[in-house]
Amino acid sequence: MEFCACRIRLNTNGFMSVDMVSLKSYLEDRLKGKLLSTSHINNELNLVVSPLHLLDVLAFLRDDSACQFVQLMDVCGVDWAGRSVRFEVVYHLLSIYKNHRIRVKVPVEEDQPIPSSVNLFKAAGWWEREVWDMYGIPFSGHPDLRRILTDYNFEGFPLRKDFPLTGHYEVRYDKEQGRVVREDVNLQQAYRTFDFEMPWEGTHTVIKDGGNNG
Amino acid sequence: MGINPLPQGPLFNGLENKTQDELLHLVHDEISHKGFLLTNVDKVVGWAQGGSLWPLTFGLACCAVEMMHTAASRYDLDRFGVVFRPSPRQADLLIVAGTLTNKMAEPLRLLYDQMADPKWVISMGSCANGGGYYHYSYSVVRGCDRIIPVDIYVPGCPPTAEALLYGILRLQDKIKHQRVYER
Repeated sequence: MEFCACRIRLNTNGFMSVDMVSLKSYLEDRLKGKLLSTSHINNELNLVVSPLHLLDVLAFLRDDSACQFVQLMDVCGVDWAGRSVRFEVVYHLLSIYKNHRIRVKVPVEEDQPIPSSVNLFKAAGWWEREVWDMYGIPFSGHPDLRRILTDYNFEGFPLRKDFPLTGHYEVRYDKEQGRVVREDVNLQQAYRTFDFEMPWEGTHTVIKDGGNNG
Repeated sequence: MGINPLPQGPLFNGLENKTQDELLHLVHDEISHKGFLLTNVDKVVGWAQGGSLWPLTFGLACCAVEMMHTAASRYDLDRFGVVFRPSPRQADLLIVAGTLTNKMAEPLRLLYDQMADPKWVISMGSCANGGGYYHYSYSVVRGCDRIIPVDIYVPGCPPTAEALLYGILRLQDKIKHQRVYER
């Protein structure tokens, strides 16, 4: 923590820093009715917002003079396979004026579209494409919602928990056809499950003589 | 005009009293009859090809950094006539340095096909050798030899600069002793 760039406001004793607390209550006051919940854990401020109010909240965080979160650092998805609302999209914002960071979480059902924040932050374009590519969460109003990382004509969303680790196909160069072909996955060796248990765990060492003659 | 003395041995029996013109006629007959003549020219060719390997600058992942170290001043690949080229047309060695993904498989094959014969391939690092850490991944080719033929496999994750250098030297040895090209 001592080496953190924003150590001036970090309280190394683990107590909430005054800035964060006041910012939290300020946001709760100004965004009343638009936040599902707020929390302040490990000196990190989290807001949970429904997709309906997402753009309002992001615009407020960007434009309000007490916030000025003008940089969108990251948009990512989470697959909470056990939850009733399966997915979550997480926005990380940075205020370079106030030296604050904030996290905005948006719970979202499968196939439920989220309003795209491209008009607020240009950086959101590729982040949202990545979230679409990896989790299949659609962003409505995105100008160019294509896959960004995976192979051409890829099927499925690889970071979903129900996606098989080895995928659905593998590639090989076919000499007769003279091109790279796709085939079903055929693993020569089954997936290895490594056993990380300590080899001497479970055995009991007998201490002789109570250690008196050592 | 001096003429070298004729070589001695069972092959050359009966050639002692021939004139130069008669000898050339014999050589000509041999070539037109059999179609080839065996000499030591392949040694010269192997020496020349092994001494001027021009690899394609083809870094895919962290192995590329180690490849840069090999080319930089400490190990200095230039000493061995190894000069990185930016175009597959000018290269005769392809060092697959890093993880080969499914999406990159086709471009890799394209680059390989664009290289002029004779050409060689070094597979550098665990990922290129057999998928390595990403062997069970949905997006990684389990070894670049599924896409292109490989001459030398350099193990490591990533291999040190010395290891790649050793691989290149072994490839030079292979080229120097190679007599027949088959692709």
